[in-house]
Amino acid sequence: MNEIPILTLTTFLPLIGVFFLLFLKGEEEFVNRTSGYISLLTSGIVFLASILILNNFNYNNPDFQFVEQHDWIFNFVNYKVGIDGISLSFILLTTFITPICILATINSVKKRLREFLIALLLMETMMIGVFCSLDLFIFYLFFEAGLIPMFLIIGIWGGEKRVYSAFKFFLYTLFGSIFMLISIIYIYFDAGTLDVEKLLNIQINKDYQKYLWLGFFASFAVKTPMWPVHTWLPDAHVEAPTSGSVILAAILLKMAGYGFIRFSLGLFPDASVYFAPLVFALSIIAIIYTSLVALVQKDMKKLIAYSSVAHMGFVTIGIFVFNKQGIEGSIFQMISHGIISSALFLCVGVVYDRMHTREISEYGGVVNIMPKYAVMFMVFTLGSLGLPGTSGFVGEILVLIGSFKYNYWIAFFAATGVILSACYSLWLYRRVVFGKITNEKIQNLTDLNKNEYLILTPLLIMTIVLGFYPALILDLISSSVDKVSSNMTDYIKLAGAVK
Amino acid sequence: MAYTIIFAPLIGFLIAGLFGRKIGDLGSQIITSSLIFLSAIISCYYLYQFIIGSDVLNFVIFNWISSGQLNLNWSIYIDTLTAVMLVVVTSVSFLVHVYSIGYMSHDPDKPRFMSYLSLFTFAMLMLITSDNFLQLFFGWEGVGLASYLLIGFWFKKPSANAAAIKAFVVNRVGDFGLAIGIFLIYKYTGSLNFSEVFQAVPSLLDKKINFIGTDGNLITYICVFLFIGAMGKSAQLFLHTWLPDAMEGPTPVSALIHAATMVTAGVFLVVRCSPIFEFSPFSQSLIVTIGASTAFFAATIGLVQNDIKKVIAYSTCSQLGYMFFAAGIGAYHIAIFHLFTHAFFKALLFLCAGSVIHSLHEEQDIRKMGGIYKKIPYTYAFMVIGTLAITGFPFLSGFYSKDAILEAAYFSTNSMGMYATSIGVFTALLTSIYSWRLIYKTFHGNYKNESYEFDKVHESPPVILIPLFVLTIGAIFAGFVFKDIFIGTDHQNFWKSAIFFKEQFELKHPPLWFLLFTPISGVIIIFAAYYFYVRNEKILENLKQTHKPLYNFLLNKWYFDELYDFLFTKPAKAIGSFFWSKGDVKIIDGFGPNGFAKIIKILSDRAVLFQSGYLYHYAFVILIGLTILLTYLII
Repeated sequence: MNEIPILTLTTFLPLIGVFFLLFLKGEEEFVNRTSGYISLLTSGIVFLASILILNNFNYNNPDFQFVEQHDWIFNFVNYKVGIDGISLSFILLTTFITPICILATINSVKKRLREFLIALLLMETMMIGVFCSLDLFIFYLFFEAGLIPMFLIIGIWGGEKRVYSAFKFFLYTLFGSIFMLISIIYIYFDAGTLDVEKLLNIQINKDYQKYLWLGFFASFAVKTPMWPVHTWLPDAHVEAPTSGSVILAAILLKMAGYGFIRFSLGLFPDASVYFAPLVFALSIIAIIYTSLVALVQKDMKKLIAYSSVAHMGFVTIGIFVFNKQGIEGSIFQMISHGIISSALFLCVGVVYDRMHTREISEYGGVVNIMPKYAVMFMVFTLGSLGLPGTSGFVGEILVLIGSFKYNYWIAFFAATGVILSACYSLWLYRRVVFGKITNEKIQNLTDLNKNEYLILTPLLIMTIVLGFYPALILDLISSSVDKVSSNMTDYIKLAGAVK
Repeated sequence: MAYTIIFAPLIGFLIAGLFGRKIGDLGSQIITSSLIFLSAIISCYYLYQFIIGSDVLNFVIFNWISSGQLNLNWSIYIDTLTAVMLVVVTSVSFLVHVYSIGYMSHDPDKPRFMSYLSLFTFAMLMLITSDNFLQLFFGWEGVGLASYLLIGFWFKKPSANAAAIKAFVVNRVGDFGLAIGIFLIYKYTGSLNFSEVFQAVPSLLDKKINFIGTDGNLITYICVFLFIGAMGKSAQLFLHTWLPDAMEGPTPVSALIHAATMVTAGVFLVVRCSPIFEFSPFSQSLIVTIGASTAFFAATIGLVQNDIKKVIAYSTCSQLGYMFFAAGIGAYHIAIFHLFTHAFFKALLFLCAGSVIHSLHEEQDIRKMGGIYKKIPYTYAFMVIGTLAITGFPFLSGFYSKDAILEAAYFSTNSMGMYATSIGVFTALLTSIYSWRLIYKTFHGNYKNESYEFDKVHESPPVILIPLFVLTIGAIFAGFVFKDIFIGTDHQNFWKSAIFFKEQFELKHPPLWFLLFTPISGVIIIFAAYYFYVRNEKILENLKQTHKPLYNFLLNKWYFDELYDFLFTKPAKAIGSFFWSKGDVKIIDGFGPNGFAKIIKILSDRAVLFQSGYLYHYAFVILIGLTILLTYLII
């Protein structure tokens, strides 16, 4: 396998699809249909390629594998990619979600379908790129370039207030990124390289670590999003079209979590320990605050968006407790949230396509007309509230166990979020699905069609399979996480000895 | 074989749930019922094996979570305690499955109902066959889910939906406690497997920790938090509010989940963790106090409720209190014995109530019943036997278990032993009063329902009566047959390692008056209650009028719902709205992106003023600039 640059291929494969799409001409219907097939095929192949990578992946090797390196811009930038278990799990998430997204798009987007699909495929390249780049500059490029297609998706295909939301999204994330860029430039001048593998073995000057950490933090905190820079997310979700929301929730948010693990912990262990309490405070506020806010939402998507912020709060807590359960739990929680929240947004999309409203009060009694939909929605709701037997539980419980070991107060407060999540999720479900039919429009709904089945079933299966057999992910990330967490624990011990 | 016990209900759930429409109503009823029957038979076989002295069985299904030190399996662990629970769960579940065929005959969603029942059974079996705390937690939340689904089964009723959510959320509060307990265990023992944890406990006895701001003994903290979990599931005082509301669900559900099995999971947890609880006198006293208080509190409310199912629900709550205080004084085997007998007579009472409701066409208010005993003689007979059993009428099942609890309390060395004994005896009298009140109001006196003609009242079909009959047998004989095995002098041989006694539990004999007091007063109450509730209702009516505040206090269930609404529900919503409208929209967005945009707008508006277009303005600015620059350079 070493001869074939499989990572590069996988990353840029979607661009080939984009290339074909660009030159597609003819009747609108023909263009729409063909572009649908092309992008499905492309993303399907990408998915297979990622499975191929998984097949050849060595589970016991904690270091980067499939590394490729080329000189690019003089000596300043190297093109370097490679993966460990952590990155691979996110790549798999990306390649798994994208085809589902494309299907959902074909199913519901009517205007400028081809352009939408181009944006999605571009996104896929960027997202895979983020997770496999081993050079900070390349990472930054992918990380930021991913913004543009998303900005367009919200701005062009979004709802009524799409322009406001798109700009809010863009400004927020750009604002954070500037600080990260400055930090990256500083690192280059300080260490003379942007090669992540090399940087991981260098101790960056302790005095500067804090500032650099804050620079990265600014960017990641916005993307996660952490409280109080989360307000772009509900707006973006509400205005984005369904598949935009799915990509946003499933993968874009995860780039930040990935960044925390790879860069904040890896490059700045000193500062990470120093700032951990800040992260905990913000995450706990996020969990309780946004859960309470979710309780009073009237818009389905907004409610799910706020619950996303709360769920990501668990992720950031898990990462910064530095122990194995915490970090594994965070990664698992991200994967699981990627699956479950996409599914929830898709579920909202299903009824939105029929009713053209997201107001919770417009619904009620949907189960009478759409029993199959009700079952699907139920499973994902339960996953979202972390019922054992779904993937949501495993991530949450690992994070809680990990954080309890670190400091019981954190787990204590975070666990209250588990109670609140039951309240808002069940409330949403009850108001939308149960009850008598009050709105006569609901009488005319139809149950899930074939495409929607095809979209939701894989997510349903993954939710349950990962709940009962989480080893699928845990085995994959185990040795890499071991490396990260043992680095951190060694480091903390060392720091303790110095004190 | 052990696998069959667990997976038969799961298969039943999947078949009825996924293919319910294809195999039809009858198909799913038969498949689910017969699969549960299979597990019930095998469970009985296992119990028999344990009675004749089998050893603990432990099967690993496959690895579940493994992360660092934490290593947990999906497992099937069967010891005596599990075997007893298996029999209770599968046999009651089977009878309820059969009963449901008749009871739900007019419901359009039979496959869904049957599949939920099987799902519940599966989750409950996972709970009791776990060999670690996390699988127990899985079952724990799983039964909560099934309970949620079944309470809200009639999803068109808003009250059913509200009750379902309330049940789930209140249980989550308890689960929060359980989770904290589990985290504490993991942090200090490094494991969540029962055997490893229980081995580690003796070495941690003197460990002091600082937790949530107070110093204390580790074991005590663990026990208290585990017990909070148990309180939620078993509807003990302060976390009991969901149980009466849960009666919104179909009656078979109440019998299975909210009487015989799920609500006893808390008792099971405490008994399962006896190797921990035995070392924490403080939490034992706490359990005794909460248990006894719940027994009393729920019985007082049961005295005045008018919904036939709510009376029985409060009675369940009260009986669970008995089980807890038995466990609290260290008589774990007696607690399980009462759990065992209670499962039969309480399921019987609920199913009889269901039969009454069925006969009266969905009427649940006992003020609209009366005089129907001739119309439904079988149901009447079964229900009277159930009532005799619960009130501890001599030689029926409740007599043995409840008396054993009171005797154990009488000799208890626990600091709350006296409290428990007196409350226990007094509550036994209350139990008799509310139980007989229910019988008399329902079956005797005059028929008072105007909307449903007396002549239309009809006895239920055999598919309902046969399960009742089987349960009646249980309610009569379960105590007599099993008392020597469960709580006799040889009980150690039966329970073996399943229950841990720090000191040998000795059976002593209390004075004769103590033994005779409850049964005799129980018999007297039968007649007294007849007088007050049937012959001369005026006396009580007057009493009600003269003590209006007390009556209302009881009728409104000590105002717990109103209190919690005031303390938790409303503030949560208010805070949520506040955070949203003030926090997110006003402050963060106001100062953040929107404020930023505003400032830029203001600045650019100002900047526009400079570009006036007049040459002399520009010239003037340039001049001033030059002056300042020069001044700066010169100085």
